[in-house]
Formats: sequence, structure tokens, C-alpha cells
Amino acid sequence: MPEIIIPVSVRQKIRDFSLQGLMYLAVLLVSAVFVWLLADLVQGGMAHLSWTFLTESPRDAGRSGGIASILVSTLLILLIALIAAIPLAWATAVLLAEFVPIDSRFGRIVRFSLYVLAGVPSIVFGLFGNAFFSIYLGFGFSILSGGLTLACMLLPILTSTAEAGMRAVPDAYRLSAAALGMTRTAALIHLIFPAAAPALAAGLLIGIGRALAETAALLFTSGYVDRMPDSLLDSGRALALHIFDLSMNVPGGDMPAYAAALVLVSLLLGINSLAMMFAHGLQRRRILT
Amino acid sequence: MNGNHDAFTLGPLETGPACCVPHPLIQVRNLSLQYDGKTALDTITLDIYQGCITALIGPSGCGKTSFLSTINRLTDLIPRCNVTGQILVGGQDIRHPNCDVQTLRRRIGMVFQKPVPFPLSIRRNLSLPLNEHGVTRKNEVAAIIEQVLRDVGLWNEVHDRLDASALSLSGGQQQRLCIARALALNPEILLMDEPCSALDPMASGVVEDLICRLQGRYTIVIVTHNLAQARRIANYAAFFWVRERAGQLVEFGRSQQIFESPRHELTAAYVNGSRG
Repeated sequence: MPEIIIPVSVRQKIRDFSLQGLMYLAVLLVSAVFVWLLADLVQGGMAHLSWTFLTESPRDAGRSGGIASILVSTLLILLIALIAAIPLAWATAVLLAEFVPIDSRFGRIVRFSLYVLAGVPSIVFGLFGNAFFSIYLGFGFSILSGGLTLACMLLPILTSTAEAGMRAVPDAYRLSAAALGMTRTAALIHLIFPAAAPALAAGLLIGIGRALAETAALLFTSGYVDRMPDSLLDSGRALALHIFDLSMNVPGGDMPAYAAALVLVSLLLGINSLAMMFAHGLQRRRILT
Repeated sequence: MNGNHDAFTLGPLETGPACCVPHPLIQVRNLSLQYDGKTALDTITLDIYQGCITALIGPSGCGKTSFLSTINRLTDLIPRCNVTGQILVGGQDIRHPNCDVQTLRRRIGMVFQKPVPFPLSIRRNLSLPLNEHGVTRKNEVAAIIEQVLRDVGLWNEVHDRLDASALSLSGGQQQRLCIARALALNPEILLMDEPCSALDPMASGVVEDLICRLQGRYTIVIVTHNLAQARRIANYAAFFWVRERAGQLVEFGRSQQIFESPRHELTAAYVNGSRG
């Protein structure tokens, strides 16, 4: 059998090659930015990072001591945000995915509002939180105000990921469950939620990542008192805000700022890797079904 | 030649009711169905006989699947789907507001074209619907699981791996599991929407044999595009055709009559393969 030779002109080859080269260059640039950032953080912060840095409260406006109280405040704010946002967001997602036709007017309005909400700059959320939670509801500058403000910011991401996850569950499951005389609630609990669990988890982790990194919205709501909070109505400084304060307002705060940033980025890296793992699990599951 | 004459005598014939007087279990009267205002089924009137296999045949888009879904009211789930007419199952009007749809669907099992095992273990696939219908005692559930898996011929293949994922089964096994899942609820009627068409010929043969074995115990309504299969397994056949995009029932009768001496020329053309 004669070998088939497809003639390829040199020009085509060059074009192919250079296009590939450009793509590699783009990838290289993107990764370089990340690697450079990480390297800078490690180089600047590693020396200052120690166990006592994580377990001591800041002293002298953060120049010495650690970030223990900051970490506690951050986690409390995050916890409040999740407790408030998850039930609302997931209930909305169930309604949108399971009970409202995708092209209905109601669904479109809700989805549109969520898109708008997702695009609102965080400083606006901060002002809203300050006006509503701190002043109108009288929570003051507190972890509670900050957490609830963050909850508002998390609603769009939690809702849309959960809705997408539930929509990705094949309709055949719903029909089969109905044909077996199972109620909608039973199908939801036993089939739809478990099948959508990886998407719910991935959305949750992305949301946690966003909340951890939030600064502007917390400036006006949870405040920037750096001592250990006594209660949820006490003011508490979040980690991102601490970094901002150290680097902008505290002369000589560069080293602890670096170290705190390194802690924050490590947390985010960990959470995002988890999110990727869940998303990957979701993909595999879809291929199986 | 005359020597052992007496040994071959069967004795006098006893009089009594014939063994299979057709008894209509499902009575469909003037059933019409519209999707978004467009008629998909046009005034169907049809009796489906107890314990028999009734095949619905006809070209794609003639409303066979829609017809099937009206019987267990799965059409309720389709937005903008409007059903009119009457369907009596065992004399009870299933479209009456007092008819509980969950109970109805327990009486009427359904098997879909593509096997739909839930992404759970084999055991859980069978126990979940049972639990939902209030059968929760472990021994009882286990007994039912073994019984239905034996009924569909899966027991020997899977009894040592009931906790494995149902998705690990082959296509034919998955479809038999789905049939077992429907049988577990002890229905009177089984609706089957082309249960063999997504399977390879071997698996298809196994499922077909299974359907034949279920005849008599269950009233079976099966949609099929495979005329040879309909001819092999069905006692009755209903031929649907599309007129102006609306599905109509052209002819209903004993399977043999539909396939060998159809009364309507469309039926004749379809079963002979010259139309459709």
C-alpha cells in the first residue's frame, strides 16, 4: 500500500508553529504572574511566619505579636456569613431549578437580580451593610454586621452554582422517581441533592474563598479593632483588612503584612484546590451517568 | 390400532367460564392531549385488557409515549401540557382530583427507553422507592429485593454485590434492574416505553423474554418500534398514526389480526413495511 503524503507548505507550518508559540507564551505569562506573586510573598513573609505568629494577638498596631485575634475574627465573620447565606441561597436555588420553568418570568427576574447583585462593587455592599446592619438594625461595627454583609455578597455565587448543579442532574432521575410514586421532596433529598453535592461543595468553597479575601465590605461593617472579640456584637478585624492596614497605615508593618498575606494566600490556595477536586469529581460523575 | 383406545380418552369436557375472557383494566375514553395548545393526541378511545400485553405501534411522533404518560399521569410534570377525556383504571377515574397520584403510580409501574438506574447501590435502587411507600422493615425489604431480582433474572448475577453501584451494571442489567424496581412496588400495570431499543441484541432478547414471563401477572402496555418484537410478544396491538401532526388511534385488535389481516389500509401498509 503506497504511503499517503499530504503536502504541507512551509508557510502553513510556520503559521502553525508561531500560533502554538504564542499560546505557550500567554500561558507562561499568566503562570509567571502567579509564581512571582507567590515567590514574593514567601520571600517576604516566610522569615516572619512562625507558630507564635499564628497564636499571639497583635501588639503595637500589629508590628509585633501575631494574628491570632485576626484569625478568630475572620473565621467568626465567615461562619456568620455562611450560616446566613447557605439556607437562603440553596432554597432559592431549589426553587429556581426544580419548581420554576427555566424560561418563566419569575425565574428570569430572580436570576437577573442575582447577576446584578454579583456585579455590585464590594464597597457598595460595605456602605449598605453599614447603613442597614450597623445603623438601622443597631448592630454597630460588629462581627455580626460584617458577617451579614458578607452573606449578601455570597448569595449570588452560592445560588447560581447550586442552581447549575441541580440543573445538571439528568431529568431522567426526576421522571423515574415520579414514575415510582416518589414525592418531589423525596426525589430532592435522596437523588437530586446527592447528585448535585459536588457542585454545591464547589460553590461553597468558591464562596468561602471570596469571603476570606473580602476587605472593602468589612471596613464599614465589622470594623478594624484588632483585639480578640468578646462577642459577635464586638468589632473584629478580618485578615485581609489587617494586611491593608499594616501596609498602608502602619510604618514598619511590612514584615507582618507579608506574613499575614502569606497565611491568607495559603488558605485561599488550599480552599481553591479543594474546590477544583470537587469540580473534578462532578465531571467524572457526569461522565458515569 | 384399537387396542389401547381407552388410554387416550380425555374424558368429557366440563363447562365453565372461558379462561381468558378479556376484562378491560384500563378504559380510555376520548382522550386528547395538547402541548402548548398543539394537539398531540386526538380523541383516543381504547380498552387495555387485564393480564395481557398490549403493544402500541406506529411511526415516531404519533403520540405513543404521550399516551403512555397519561396513564400514570406523568404528563402532570410537563408544563403547558393539557389532557382532556377520561381514563379509568379498574373503574376508578385517575384524573379525578381525589385520585392520589403517588398511589396511582405505585399501582402503575413504568420503564423508560434508556435504563435509568439511580446513582446509588443496587440494593438502594430497590429499597428507596419501597421506603418511600412505607415499606421499611428490613426483613420485608430484603425479601422483596430478592424476589424481584429473581423475577427479572438478575439475582444470580448480582446477589454477591448488592452494595455495588448500579451504574457498574451493563445496559441490559440496568434495564432489568429498572424493571425490578418497578416490580418491587407490586404494581398491577407496567408501562414500557421502548424498553429494548437502547440495548444490544443479546440484552434486548433477555429483556424481551422477561416481558413474556411477566405476562398474566401484570397488565403490560409496551411501546415498540420493533414490529417483529410486537408480533412475538403482544396479545393486542394498537396502531397509531399521525394526521396533521396529531396522533390518532387507527386500529386496535388482537395482535394476530393486526399483523395478518389488518382492516385499515394504513395499518396494512405499516405492518408490511411500505409506510412509516
